[in-house]
Amino acid sequence: MIKQFFAVVFAGSLIASAHAQEAPDALVQQVTEEVLEIVRKDKDIQGGSTQKVIDLVDKKVLPHFNFPHMTALAMGKDWKKATPPQQQALTHEFKTLLVRTYANALTGYKNQKIVYKPFKMNAGETDVLVRTEVLQPGSKPVQLDYSLEKLDGGWKVYDVVVAGISLVTNYRDQFGQEVRNGGVDGLIASISAKNKSLEANLAKAEKK
Amino acid sequence: MTLKQGAWVMRACSKWLVGGGVLLACAGSVLAEGNPRDPYEGFNRSMFAVNEVVDKYAAKPVAQVYDHVAPLPVKAGFGNFFGNVGDLWIGANSALQGKFADAGVDVGRLLINSTVGIFGLFDVASELGLEKHEEDFGQTMAVWGVGDGGYLFWPVIGPRTARDTAGWAIDSYVDPVWRVRPISTRNSMVALRFVDIRASLLPADKVVEEAALDKYAYIRDAYLQRRRNQIFDGRPPRLED
Repeated sequence: MIKQFFAVVFAGSLIASAHAQEAPDALVQQVTEEVLEIVRKDKDIQGGSTQKVIDLVDKKVLPHFNFPHMTALAMGKDWKKATPPQQQALTHEFKTLLVRTYANALTGYKNQKIVYKPFKMNAGETDVLVRTEVLQPGSKPVQLDYSLEKLDGGWKVYDVVVAGISLVTNYRDQFGQEVRNGGVDGLIASISAKNKSLEANLAKAEKK
Repeated sequence: MTLKQGAWVMRACSKWLVGGGVLLACAGSVLAEGNPRDPYEGFNRSMFAVNEVVDKYAAKPVAQVYDHVAPLPVKAGFGNFFGNVGDLWIGANSALQGKFADAGVDVGRLLINSTVGIFGLFDVASELGLEKHEEDFGQTMAVWGVGDGGYLFWPVIGPRTARDTAGWAIDSYVDPVWRVRPISTRNSMVALRFVDIRASLLPADKVVEEAALDKYAYIRDAYLQRRRNQIFDGRPPRLED
């Protein structure tokens, strides 16, 4: 019994370290394919079940994201004005907002194909851009790029860029405006209020 | 407003806009509100509000019906057709920016899609590996070193910097669709293209509604990022922060 336990722990740590060593482009591809495979098979998600998509994203995608970095990037200079507890609150609210809004995009998935662009990286690089493209019949391909950085726990995504639009830095002026108007706490309150209203809409939609 | 009047207004606007820069420069000095990337924010926000109403009650419902009624092959066919019509001017802009290999591809696309692709209804060229480019005269001017002249939000045509507004006027002037006769056919084609483009943006609507703290600012910043990306052909230099 004990032997088996250790075998499992050992195997687990092997897998974890293999993950950490994995090249960033391979990581993006593996996670993308894994998630799309689940979406393809899940009728609830295709039917628009936001809650189920959020659970899926929580489990499969979020472990590969660095949300404190994303939040810092979205805030720019204002990030340093926030105290550590405020930074934590901001990270939490921003993460909730991003997941809510962009997980929804997955419910619209209809056999789009992902093309992984050739990827080259110099030895020792710790900050890279992995480029992909979304192909859908009857529409122009959409550029979808991920910025990743190498941390102790492996490669983490800190920015997602759709058709040249960074989903993270696109918030900078809006956040700056909120901070000018109501300080860092004002910004936290605004994002939190936005999240609550989205949650209320979601509850309404699921009831129907 | 009938379609014919609408088309006339668009046409008149495009002429007026080229000379409109001076007027805006004056307006800007009155309305300046601090964001250096959006010197005409007051004017823009009121235009944005107008456009939201027009979109809600006219453009969006029509686009939704079109999206709902037209089967995918029909939508793809229209999209390809208008895309094909645009490839010649795209090729001209590639050449004007010194990208002659791209220009060759653009013209090749036009030839293949107009023939094998049956008047452009099928995008055979993409399947053969001739990638479609995104070029317009606004980008060409940017490559030539013309500054963006400030961000503007127009009713109907939406966000454009001052430079890209002038670029859009020139794009429209050389646009073959605007030269189709009789006028009634031309108007139908212009309207169809507008609806087709609006319909292609429907999935983005929900994301913007949900993601934005301030919809106006969200759209502005997305537009500016996207234009920068287009000007640098998908590989903009990194902005340090």
